[in-house]
Amino acid sequence: MKILNCPLNGPRNISEFVWGGEVRDMPDPADLSDRDWGAWVFLENNSAGIIREWWCHVPTSFWFIAERNTVTDEIIKTYPAGEAFKSRRDFAAKAKPSEGTR
Amino acid sequence: MPLGLLKYGLRRKYPAQHHFPRPQELKKTYDVVIIGGGGHGLATAFYLARDWGITDIAIIEKGYLAGGNTARNTAIIRSNYLTPEGVAFYDESVRLYQDLSNDFDYNIMYSERGHFTLAHTDAAMRTSRWRAEVNKHLGVNSELIYREDIARLCPSMNLSEDARYPILGALYHPPGSIARHDAVAWGYARGAAMRGVHIHTQTEVTGLLIENGAIKGVQTNRGTIHCNRAMQAVAGSTSLIAKMAGFKLPIRTIPLQACVSVPLKPFLDQIVVSGSLHVYISQSARGELVMGGSTDPYGVYSTRSTLDFKEGLMGHMLELFPFLDNVTLLRQWAGMADMTPDFSPIMGLTPVQNYYIDSGWGTWGFKATPVCGKRMAEMVATGKVPQLIAPFRLDRFVDFDQVGEKGAASVGH
Repeated sequence: MKILNCPLNGPRNISEFVWGGEVRDMPDPADLSDRDWGAWVFLENNSAGIIREWWCHVPTSFWFIAERNTVTDEIIKTYPAGEAFKSRRDFAAKAKPSEGTR
Repeated sequence: MPLGLLKYGLRRKYPAQHHFPRPQELKKTYDVVIIGGGGHGLATAFYLARDWGITDIAIIEKGYLAGGNTARNTAIIRSNYLTPEGVAFYDESVRLYQDLSNDFDYNIMYSERGHFTLAHTDAAMRTSRWRAEVNKHLGVNSELIYREDIARLCPSMNLSEDARYPILGALYHPPGSIARHDAVAWGYARGAAMRGVHIHTQTEVTGLLIENGAIKGVQTNRGTIHCNRAMQAVAGSTSLIAKMAGFKLPIRTIPLQACVSVPLKPFLDQIVVSGSLHVYISQSARGELVMGGSTDPYGVYSTRSTLDFKEGLMGHMLELFPFLDNVTLLRQWAGMADMTPDFSPIMGLTPVQNYYIDSGWGTWGFKATPVCGKRMAEMVATGKVPQLIAPFRLDRFVDFDQVGEKGAASVGH
C-alpha cells in the first residue's frame, strides 16, 4: 500500500486519491486564440523529475497539491492549494461583452 | 539423441547463425535517422528499405533492441475498434500481420485465437452491438454473441449468475490473434539489417540539431550524426525527445503493468478481455497465462510493479476463471505507455521540418506495428502524409478534431 499524506485527512492509502495532473498557470481565455486555448488544455510538460501536481482525496472531495518525483515515484511533500494560490483571479471581468451576459 | 544433438551443435559444418550483423561503426552522416529501436522504428526502417529503396538509415536505441514496450505488451492483435478511422487503420495492420512470417521468412508464431470483449451490463451490450455494427460495415469480422455462444466457444469461463459482475454477452472478433512480440521485432530488424540499415543499440540521444526550423542531425553519446530526415518512435520517452525538438505533446507517461502465470495445460483458446473488470488474458503457446489490467492511476517514468495492481487484477481473474485460485505468478513487469487524451495515436508531421513523430501509442501500439511502420515509411520517403494516418495528426488537439477511440484497451471509458 502506498501512502499519500492528505493535508486535510492525514496519511491515507493512495487508492483513495485521484491524480489531477501538473499544476499549471491558467491563462485568461479571453486573451487567447482557439488554437492557443487548445494547446493550453491538451499539451503537457510530462516532465521526468520533481513536479507539482493536483491530487484529490475522493471521499472528502478535497483538492490539494503534492510535489512528487515522477522518476522514483517519491512523494516529497503535500500542502493545501491555498499555499500556492494566494489571491483570487477573476477572468470573467475581461470577457468580451459580445459573448453573452454570462 | 542428446549425444547426436551435441555432435550436431559442435560440427563446423553447421555454424551458429547470427540474426543480425555485428554492431557497425557509427557513420557521421545518414539520410534517415530513426530514434527508437522498438517494433515501430524497426518496421519503419524495414519498409523504407524494402518498399522505397532507402537504405542509408541509422536506428538509434538507448537500451537494447526492442527492449521497451515491444517486449512488454501482451501481444494481442485485433481490429474491432469503434471509430471508422481506427478500424480502417488497425484492419490493415491485421492483414499485414497475417503475411508477416512469409514476408520475413521468419516465424512470428502468429496464432489466430478469436477475441472476446465481455459485456457485464446492458450498457456494455449496447456498446458491443454498436462496435459490431461499425466493424461489419467496414468489413471487419465482428459480432455480438450471448452467453450460450460463449459457453460453447469457451467452456472454461465462469458464466454463473452468482458472480459480482455476471457475463451477459460479448463482442466476438474471430480474427483476434496473438504473436511472438520479440519475433516481430527481430524479423523487422533482420529484414532491415539485411538490406543495409545500421542498428545502433546502447546509443542514447542527447540532443537534436535543428537549423532554420529543420532537422539537421542528432547528437548522441557516441557522437553527432548529420541527417536529412529523422523520426522519433520512443513510446514512454516521447515527451522527453520532443522537448529536445522544442515542442510539447498531449501525452502523459503512465505505466501499464502485466504478468504471466506458471505454464498450465492448454485450456484457453481465445483472448478474453473485460473492460468492466479491467482484465485481459490469453494463454501463450508455452501454456503461460498472459494477463494485464488497466494502466496505473497516475503517471510515473518507471517500469516498477505494484502489489495493488496484482491484487486488483487477480480478484477479477478469479471471477472469470475461479479454478485458477492456486496458480502462481511467474513474471511481472511494466511498460511506460504514452497515453493521449483521446486514446488514439499521434503520427505525422511536427513543427520541425523533416522531423516526423510516431507516438501516443499508449496501450495499443503492438497491434499497429506493421501498418504504422509501413505508413511512416511512406511519409518519410515522400514527405507527404498518407491518407490512412492523416486523422491521427498532432494538430488535431489544437484544432479540436480528436479521434475519440472508445475501443482502446486497458483504459476506462
